[in-house]
Amino acid sequence: MIEVKGLVKTYGAKRAVDGVSFTVRRGDILGFLGPNGAGKSTTMKMITGFLRPDAGTATVDGIDVTADPVTVKRKLGYLPESAPAYPEMTVEEFLHFIAEVRGFKSGDTRNAQVDRAITLTHLAPVRAQTIETLSKGFKQRVGFAQALLHDPPALVLDEPTDGLDPNQKNEVRTLIKSMATEKAVILSTHILEEVDAICTRVIIISRGKLVADETPAQLRSRQPGARLDEIFRSLTRGDI
Amino acid sequence: MRQISPVFKREFLGYFRSPVAYVFLIGFLLISVSLAFSRYGGFFRAGIAGMESYFTFFPWLFLFIVPAAGMRLWSEEKRSGTVELLFTLPITTLEAVLGKFLAGWAFLAMAILLSFPMAITVAYLGDPDWGVVVTTYFGAILMAGGYLGVCALMSALTKNQVISFVLSIGACAVLLFLGFSSFTDTLEGWFPVFVADALSNFSFITHFDAFTKGIIDPKDVVFFLSLMAFTLFLNVVALER
Repeated sequence: MIEVKGLVKTYGAKRAVDGVSFTVRRGDILGFLGPNGAGKSTTMKMITGFLRPDAGTATVDGIDVTADPVTVKRKLGYLPESAPAYPEMTVEEFLHFIAEVRGFKSGDTRNAQVDRAITLTHLAPVRAQTIETLSKGFKQRVGFAQALLHDPPALVLDEPTDGLDPNQKNEVRTLIKSMATEKAVILSTHILEEVDAICTRVIIISRGKLVADETPAQLRSRQPGARLDEIFRSLTRGDI
Repeated sequence: MRQISPVFKREFLGYFRSPVAYVFLIGFLLISVSLAFSRYGGFFRAGIAGMESYFTFFPWLFLFIVPAAGMRLWSEEKRSGTVELLFTLPITTLEAVLGKFLAGWAFLAMAILLSFPMAITVAYLGDPDWGVVVTTYFGAILMAGGYLGVCALMSALTKNQVISFVLSIGACAVLLFLGFSSFTDTLEGWFPVFVADALSNFSFITHFDAFTKGIIDPKDVVFFLSLMAFTLFLNVVALER
């Protein structure tokens, strides 16, 4: 579903992403791990067409994101880091705007789509509230609702559980898991327990390079008996 | 191009979701009307039932008021990170640029048209030439579009609204002053006369003048439209880089 080949992005003298390749199939939940600044967000921004890669390709459903960005964006749901949204709009206004841009033109289908997203993310109690008055957990859910709204075949989630309390984290994980059977999901995180909780595959990136691409079980078997964070530390040692 | 309308709607209504719109509209009308009645406008002293004393300040007023309305267009999106949201939605950069620009332009047009009580006042006091009033309004709205194109471009260059505001005033001031003889005389000292002449053709004032006299010259219309097209093109380039 999502195929990334040799992505490179350079900022000035710093190579933020250095030849990253991986594929995500339908039904996969790919955990994208790495220390802060390792290039996770940059890679995701290139997949979603926000940044143009300096080299390499990212394709979604066989379509190259640089060749036909609009079609790729139609197939993707994207939750950017820290879930940006227009603060002066209410949750409902914001989701209606997203629905309209996503091509749900007629009132009925748009309402249905917005209601579905609100129900999935449990936003009903705040639907008439402006986004600037929401707590961080609710804001994160608005970002999540926005990404799910058009029921996309592929989801790219940049730290979806960041800033949520343990209960909300659990809920988001359940939600991702329940949808993943027919979707391809990439989620970045630096919470290692998340990998065990939901991911079917893990990739670890360090200084812009892939250092691991395997199942959580394979990752564990690298150092039998060691905790995940010890394995993570030994793989990303160069980044400290 | 079908995706312009949601962007337009969100942006236009966005002005009214915060106090920005009300402060702007009241401020604009208060300043523009008081200038017309002031000593410098000489609305009564002129003894003419026309709106010239009202519109004569517009190129100057726009120098501050349009950057105030346009500085947030892109800077705010960049600062709050929503630009990432906008450009990962299935729309092209051109659609986003046009939607936002047209919303800002419609808002400015609304501000200008809300001065209609001035026209009613003039009609009450005398018998104005309605043709001139209409062409002047038309010219003012076109000119607002020209200013706004410049401001939208400047706004796309920075995520800081203050920098965007100052850059916009600077760029608009250049386009305004190009029309003054003292300024073009200086230019003639530096450049050959035909270059200076060509440059002075890019002034807002030169092109707005005819409208206030009741003339719609295609060349003025083309000037403002092509200025908008050019700045919007650069706007797309600035955002895609």
